[in-house]
Amino acid sequence: MSPLSGYLLVAALLFAIGLAGALTRRNAILVLIGIELMLNAANLNLIAFWRYGPHPEALTGMMFAIFSIAVAAAEAAVGLGLVISIHRHAHTTDLDAMNRMKG
Amino acid sequence: MAAVLLKNTVHCALALTVVFAGIAMLFLKLGAQFAGFAQILVYIGAVAILVVFAILLTRGSETPKDGVYSKFPLTGLAIAAAVFAVLGWAVLNSASVLPGAENTSVAAPTVTVMDIGNALMSRYVLPLEIVALLLTAALIGAVIVAMHEKEEAK
Repeated sequence: MSPLSGYLLVAALLFAIGLAGALTRRNAILVLIGIELMLNAANLNLIAFWRYGPHPEALTGMMFAIFSIAVAAAEAAVGLGLVISIHRHAHTTDLDAMNRMKG
Repeated sequence: MAAVLLKNTVHCALALTVVFAGIAMLFLKLGAQFAGFAQILVYIGAVAILVVFAILLTRGSETPKDGVYSKFPLTGLAIAAAVFAVLGWAVLNSASVLPGAENTSVAAPTVTVMDIGNALMSRYVLPLEIVALLLTAALIGAVIVAMHEKEEAK
């Protein structure tokens, strides 16, 4: 098994764990954590393919990963802000309890 | 693994930090120094702190009485296991055509921070500006969303 396959398997496992977390937990923050794990798995894939790809000097995968990290940080900030706002409004972070769209 | 399985939410956040550190180590091992350190700074330094703050602000550390999992945990687990099975099958079956399969000891490309800076300022300058705009908008948006109720109460 080549090292790239190993990295891809690790990333796949990380993605599956993140997906399981996002799909099974009730707490909205835990769902956000699962989404972060999935984004990290994608970043790991990008870096691994950049490292073992045919043109590692082109920096494309690395740039994509860096921009992805920046976007993930913005997403985390907005998501947690939304969670705090919803908690202030509804006094819960239980996703199953958030069944109203009207405030 | 433990980051999504523990019952206590604070423990989940700490496990998440460990996961981020592990991914940063993998980045460093892959020769991507800049991405590795950016990972450490952004994720361990910012996102993990944000998560801990959000947990503490929303009193999420109290374990709910009626279980921490949603109504259909088995469905979610089944979907995740299926996704992992398909991904693993695809990776293992395509091992021969993946790049780097034949010469596994390819030399690590030496990328200095100067190369990254030059690339950011020449070829990737438009994405850089867009990311800057997005970060600013996200910052303002997060502050406005989180402060909305308080301003209304005044």
